[in-house]
This record gives sequence, structure tokens and C-alpha cells, in this order.
Amino acid sequence: MKKQTKPKLSERLRAWDAGSFDLTASIDPDPPVPTVEHDVRQEDLPPLVSLSERETRGFRRLYPVLAAALSAVLVAFLLSAVLALPPYGAADNPPHNEVMERYVSQGLDETGAVNTVAGVILDYRAFDTLGESHVLYTAATAVMILLLAAGGGREEPPSVRRIMEGDPILRGTARVQVPVILLFGVYVILNGHLGPGGGFAGGAILGGGLILYVIAFGFEPLERIVSGRVFRVGIASALCFYSAAKCYSFFCGANHLETIFRNGTPGAILSAGLILPLNVAVGLIVALTMYGFYSMFQRGRV
Amino acid sequence: MLQSLWENRIPVAAVVLFAVGFTTLLLHRNLFKKIIGLNIMDTAAYLFLTSLGYISGRKPPIITDGVTDASAYVNPLPAGLVLTGIVVSVSVTALMLALTVRLYERYHTLDLDKIYLMAKDEEEEKK
Amino acid sequence: MNGLDLFQLLLLAGIVVCGIAACQSKNLLVCLIIFMAYSVMMSVIWVLLQAPDLAITEAAVGAGISSILLFITLKKLRDIRKKVRHEETDETEAL
Repeated sequence: MKKQTKPKLSERLRAWDAGSFDLTASIDPDPPVPTVEHDVRQEDLPPLVSLSERETRGFRRLYPVLAAALSAVLVAFLLSAVLALPPYGAADNPPHNEVMERYVSQGLDETGAVNTVAGVILDYRAFDTLGESHVLYTAATAVMILLLAAGGGREEPPSVRRIMEGDPILRGTARVQVPVILLFGVYVILNGHLGPGGGFAGGAILGGGLILYVIAFGFEPLERIVSGRVFRVGIASALCFYSAAKCYSFFCGANHLETIFRNGTPGAILSAGLILPLNVAVGLIVALTMYGFYSMFQRGRV
Repeated sequence: MLQSLWENRIPVAAVVLFAVGFTTLLLHRNLFKKIIGLNIMDTAAYLFLTSLGYISGRKPPIITDGVTDASAYVNPLPAGLVLTGIVVSVSVTALMLALTVRLYERYHTLDLDKIYLMAKDEEEEKK
Repeated sequence: MNGLDLFQLLLLAGIVVCGIAACQSKNLLVCLIIFMAYSVMMSVIWVLLQAPDLAITEAAVGAGISSILLFITLKKLRDIRKKVRHEETDETEAL
């Protein structure tokens, strides 16, 4: 079965083209076993010919040309639109209207948030952010459905276990870095109303820290803290808390009632009314979703 | 015209990136490349939006030293919109990747054309 | 044109080059790493556009989480491919 002669140029070109679809070449840590791999790849090749013949029929031959032409037309249109834009960075451009002025000049009094962006997304436009958290939740659910149907819950493939055993460099680095990353994530979440950051960024940092921990030490140690149950209950209760808190605040605001959430002194950590708890809720949702995405891709379940 | 393009160089870069992503989406048959192309299109749109909120010579919209005058800060609105957009785009990416994994499990290829042809054959066999 | 403008111009050229290179590279892993570099440069551009919230989110989400998801997908696809090849070789050995 061993192939002795050199492959022809056309075959090599085709293999090179197919190489962009070949995943084993890219991340295989083991050197490939030439005999077996080669034989199987030969088995893969024959259908390629018939498929490529079918691919070049009719519209398919015209498609790349049409696609390139469409892109060129699109770029021309967009560039002509860019030419019609008002001067870049000028203070009197149309986007900088009374809405922006109101948000910046009244934001500190009305929301109590030093960071105006946090005031906008979690107070003035909190419904937007609620819908966005639901998008995250829906995406996590959809990914879970897709990957559980793909045979989740089965035994982990050997390559996962090999990574879990982890090399000493990874483990040593993770032991030092994970606490710092998690602490930084909590800091970013809790400081969302005082400086750049907030629930989205901090949640992503927390999720990244959890993922690094899992890569270095495996899922088992984390299972005690973030199990599937914690994942589901955590996301659902954070979403419910967000909805309830915002309903309460809108109800009170529309009826000119005092809410129990005070704005406090701007700049203090416990200020800005609802923004801090909402940031924590959003951070929890984002962190759990990011970790859940990883876990579902890695082992098919949370 | 060139002068105007030069002054608007960030929107121009956003347009170029958008076109690169769009072309990838149309011309590459590899699903993985298509996902990366879509991500590039996303970031191009965000770059364009953010550049609209920029005002030269002003500070980021974080109130410092009690100055609440609107003429001291850049526009916070595009930043708020893009912030939500970034996180939505990562959920879209995750969903597309899950679909890709499922397709690869079934057809053992990432080539969209081949997947299409195989799916067509399967349907014909069913009839 | 001062130093910051020059820096911004370099970064813009960098993201355009990275975008094109990410779409053109043959190897999916290379493509992915170029995409990570693209995200990091994009977050620096956002710092220059006075949007630090966006910069920190993009650095965490774009360069961190999306890239991890793409990596893990590549690994999962490789596992599937290995399994399929394994089954195929088993079948040929049985014949």
C-alpha cells in the first residue's frame, strides 16, 4: 500500500488546496504517522474529483466573478458614502446632539455613575442591555442543544485527558495567574460605574480565568463550585434579578416614587443606585456563559 | 477627494475591513474562514460606529474633577451601543461554531459546497 | 501630524494587513492567531478613539473568549477527524 513514486504536481496542488480544510496538520502535537495517514487520505481523494467536476457547472463557474464584482460595487458605494461624511472628529457633527449633551451633563446627577457609558447602558438604556443578556442566554441554550445532541455526556476523548494532565509550565503559570485574573475580573465588575469596565468586560475576564483554570487543572476541581446546576440556576436567577430590579425602578420612576436604591456620593463604591447590582448580574451572566461555551465545546456538557 | 479620504481614514479602514470580511464570506468555501470573515465584518462595523462618536481633543466620557460640561467629553452613545454589540457578536460566533461542529460530525468536511452537494444527494436518496 | 496620529495610522495599516492575512492564510491555526493579533490591535485603536470601555471589552472578549472558542472548535474537529480515521482504518484492517 505504500506509495513509492512522487506525486504529480497537480495532485500536490490539490492536496495543498485541501490542506486548508485539513485540521490534523495544524494542531496535531504528535508527528503524523505517515503510512496510515497517507492511506486514509488516498481514500478521501477520489470523491474530490467528481465533486469538483460537479462544482464547476453552470452558475458555480460564474460565482467567484460575480462575488468579486459585488464586493467591488459595495466598496465603491461605501467609499462614496465615506466621502459624504462630515469632517472627522469635529464637535458639531450630527451624532453629537442634545441626547449626548443630556447624557453627559445630567448623567452624574440622574444615575450617579461617574462612567457615563455605564450610566447609559445600565440606566438610561437598561432595557437594551436586558435584551442583550437574553441574547447571551439564548445563544448558550442553542449551543447546549446543538452540542448535547452531538453526543454530549459521553466519555471525554483522549486528547482532552492528555491536556488535563497538563504540563508543569502551564500548571505553574496558572497557579500564579488565575487568582490575579479572577481578582481583576471582580475589580472590573465592581468598578463598572467608576471607570472603564463593567459587567461585560469583567464577566469575560472572569470567564477567561475559569477557562485557564480548567485548561490547567481539569474540570473536576471546578465542578464543586461551578457545576451544571450552578450554571443553570446562576444564569436564570441573574436574569430574573435584572428584570425584577429594572421593572421596579421603571415602575417607581414612571410614578415619581422614591426607590430604595439611592444614588449616593458619586465616586464611592456603593453609589449609582442600581448600576452596581446590575453590573454584578450582567457579569455573572457573561462569566457563566463564557465558561459554559468552553465547557460545552470541550466535553459536550456543562 | 484624496484629501477627504485621508482625513476620514478610520471610516475608510472600516470600509476596507468590511469589504475584506464580505469577500471572505462570499468566496471562501471553508466554514471556519467564513466565521472569521463575519467576525472581521462585525469589528469593522463597530470601528465605524465608534469613529462617529469621536471628537478630537476631548477626553473619554468618565466624569473627572466634577466637570459635567458636555463639551469636555466624547460621545458616550456609540460606545454604549458597540459594547452590547461586541458581546452579541461573541454569542453569534459560538452559535456558528456549534453548527460547524455538527456539520463536520455529519459530513466530515468544512467545505460548504461539498456539504451542500452531499446534503442534496442525501435528499435524492430519500425520495 | 503628531506621534499619536502616526501610531494610529500604523495600527490601521496593521489591522487591514491582519484582516487580509487572516482571510488568505492556508492554515486555520495561523489564520486564528492572526485574528487574535487583529483583535488586540483593534482594542488599542479603541483606546486612541477615547473609548476605554470598548477597549477593555474587546481585549477580553474578542482576543480572549472568541479566540478560545475558535481554538477549542479546531481541537474538537480534529478529534472528530481522528475518530473517523481510526474507524476507517479499523474497517480496512477487518477486510
